[in-house]
Amino acid sequence: MEPAFAVLVGLFFAGGIYLMLSRHIIRILLGVVLFGNAVNLLIFTNGRILREVPPVIGEGLDMPVGLVANPLPQALILTAIVISFSFFAFLLVLAYRAYQEIGTDDTDGMRIAEPVDDGLPPMGY
Amino acid sequence: MAATDVMVDKTAAMIAAPVTAADWLVIAPVLLPIMFGALLVMIRHSIRWHALIALGVLAAMIGANVLLLMRVLEVGPVSMTMGSWLPPFGISFTVDALGAAFSLTASVVALLCCASSVRDIDAAGRRYGFYPFLLLMMAGVSGAFLTGDMFNLYVWFEVFLISSFGLLILGSEKPQIDGATKYAVLNLVGTTLFLIATGYLYGTFGTLNMADLAVKAGQMGEVAPLMTLASLYLLAFGMKAAAFPVNFWLPASYHTPPVITGALFGGLLTKVGVYALLRTLVMIFAVERAVLSGVIGWVAVATMLVGALGALAQSDIRRISGFLVISGVGIMLAGIALGSVGGLSGAIFYALHSMLALSALYLLGGLMRQKGGSFSLHTLSGLYLASPLMTALAFIIALAVAGLPLGSGLWPKVMLVRASLEAGAWPLALAILASGFLATIALGRVFILAFWRNGIAGQPRLEAGKVSLTGYGAVSVLVIAILAMGLAPEPFIRVTTAAATGLLDSSAYVHAVFPAGGVQ
Repeated sequence: MEPAFAVLVGLFFAGGIYLMLSRHIIRILLGVVLFGNAVNLLIFTNGRILREVPPVIGEGLDMPVGLVANPLPQALILTAIVISFSFFAFLLVLAYRAYQEIGTDDTDGMRIAEPVDDGLPPMGY
Repeated sequence: MAATDVMVDKTAAMIAAPVTAADWLVIAPVLLPIMFGALLVMIRHSIRWHALIALGVLAAMIGANVLLLMRVLEVGPVSMTMGSWLPPFGISFTVDALGAAFSLTASVVALLCCASSVRDIDAAGRRYGFYPFLLLMMAGVSGAFLTGDMFNLYVWFEVFLISSFGLLILGSEKPQIDGATKYAVLNLVGTTLFLIATGYLYGTFGTLNMADLAVKAGQMGEVAPLMTLASLYLLAFGMKAAAFPVNFWLPASYHTPPVITGALFGGLLTKVGVYALLRTLVMIFAVERAVLSGVIGWVAVATMLVGALGALAQSDIRRISGFLVISGVGIMLAGIALGSVGGLSGAIFYALHSMLALSALYLLGGLMRQKGGSFSLHTLSGLYLASPLMTALAFIIALAVAGLPLGSGLWPKVMLVRASLEAGAWPLALAILASGFLATIALGRVFILAFWRNGIAGQPRLEAGKVSLTGYGAVSVLVIAILAMGLAPEPFIRVTTAAATGLLDSSAYVHAVFPAGGVQ
C-alpha cells in the first residue's frame, strides 16, 4: 500500500510545485493547496498504513483489540489541515484585495513595495 | 489469553503526581500572552484597555522569563509534560539556557516596541486588533523558544506566522498588501517544508520529542535519511531566517507596515528561524551538521555580503534596516557552520544583540520620520541640529549594528572571528569583517546625510516635527541595554556559553525530560 501512496504524494508535490512556479497569484495559491495536501498524505503514509480499523479502545479495556490504524499521524494531519485551511482562506482574501488594489494578479506587475526605478541613495550633499 | 485479560502497567506511561508550582513557570511565558490575547479579542470594542493590558502582560512575561532563566542557570534544563502522559508520548515543554535567554530578550523587545507604539497605533489600528495580534504573536514566539517537541514547534511557528500576517496588513496600504502577499506565500511554503521534514522525522524515528530525537539520532550515526532530514530543516528554517538564496521575501515586506511592526519582525521573527536551526542542526542532527558545515558556511558568507551590499544600495531607512537584518542572520549562520563552543556562543550572543539592536534601528527610523518628515535619505537632513539626543541614540545604535566598540555587536563578532580562525575557516572571518565594514559605510552614510547634512541645496528646510516621549523612552532603554552588552559583556557571555555547551552536550536536556533514563 505504501509504494502506491508514495507515488501519489510525488504526483501531488510535482503538481503543486509546477503551479507555484507560475507568475499568477491564483495559480500559486492552487499550487500551495496541492502542496499542503501532499504533505498531509506524506505524514499519513509515514505513519505506516496498518488497518482501516479506528483506534477505539472498548469499555473496560486497556488496549485496543487487534491491529488498528495509527492515530498519531491522523492527529498531526488534522492539526495541519486546520492550519493550512485557515492560511488558505487568508491568502485567498489577501490575493483578492491585492487584485483590487494593485489591479493585477501577475507577480511581475506587483512592484508597489519595491519600485523598479528606486534609484540609488544620494552620492553627495 | 484473550486481549481483555491483558493488564497494562500504566505507571510507566502516565504521570500520577500533580504538576509542581515551579514547573508551571515553564509555560507561563506562553500562557500569559495567549490567554490575554484571547481576552483582548473578546473585548475588542473597548479599545481603551488594549494598550494597558498588553503592556501589563508583556511586563509579566519579562518577569516570568527572568525567573525561568535564573532557574535554568541554577538547576539546568527544566521540563514539563502536559496531559499526564510521560514523554515521549506527552508533549513536553523543555527549557534550557538557550530557550530562556531568547525568550527573555524577545519579551523585552516586545514590551519596548509596545510601549513606543502607545501613541502611534491609532483607534483604527486598535479596533482591527493590533494588540491582540501582538500578544498572540508573542505567544507563538515564546512557544517556539520553549517547546520540546518538533510538531509543537511547527504549531508555534504557525501561530506567530498568522499573527504576523495580521500585523503586516494592518492599515491596508497598497505597499502593505503587495509586501504581505509575497511574505505570506513564501513563509507558508517555508513552514510547509518544515512540516514535510517533520513528517519524515516521524516516519524515521517514530517520535517527535526533541530529547528523544537527540538520543536516537546520535545512536543512528551518519545514515541517508538523516542527511535528507537535516538538509530539509536547513532549507525550511533558512527560509524563515532569511538566509541567502531564500531571503527575498524579507526586503519585499518588512518596510511596508508601521515601523513598530517592522521593529518587532526585524528583531524577533528571523531569530526564531535561527533558534530552530540551532535546536535541530546542532542538538539533534550534530553529525549531519558537521557534514553540511561547508554548505552552511558559504550560505553564511553569501547572506552576510548580500545583506550588507543590499543595505548600501537603499535610500529608505527601513529598507536599509531590512538588509542589515539579513546580514546579521549570515553572521549567526557562521557560528552554526563552525559548531564549536566559541562559535555557537558567539552566534547566540549575536542573536540576542541583534534582537535589541535591529529593533532599536527600526524604532530609530520611526523617530527620524517623526522629526524629519521622511524615511528617505533623499529628503532627510539636519537632524543633528534638530535633536542632539536622537543623534546620540543613533550613534550608539549604528556602532552596535556595525559591530564597532561601545555597541553590543562587537563582542559576538570578536568571538566568531576568533572561533573561525581557530577552525581555519578564514573565509568566514574575512566575511564577518567585510560585512561589518560595509554596514559601517551604509550606516555612516545615513549619519552623514540625515544627521550632519544641514539642509538640501535648492530645497526649503523641513520643519522639525514633534517626537513622542514614549518613542524616545523605548529607544533609550534599548540603547542602555545595548551599551550594557557592549561595556560589560561577561554575564551575557556566561549565559551564551552555557547555552552553547547545553546544545553540544544534550545529556542535561535529555535528563530533564527523561529523569529515569526514559523510554528507549
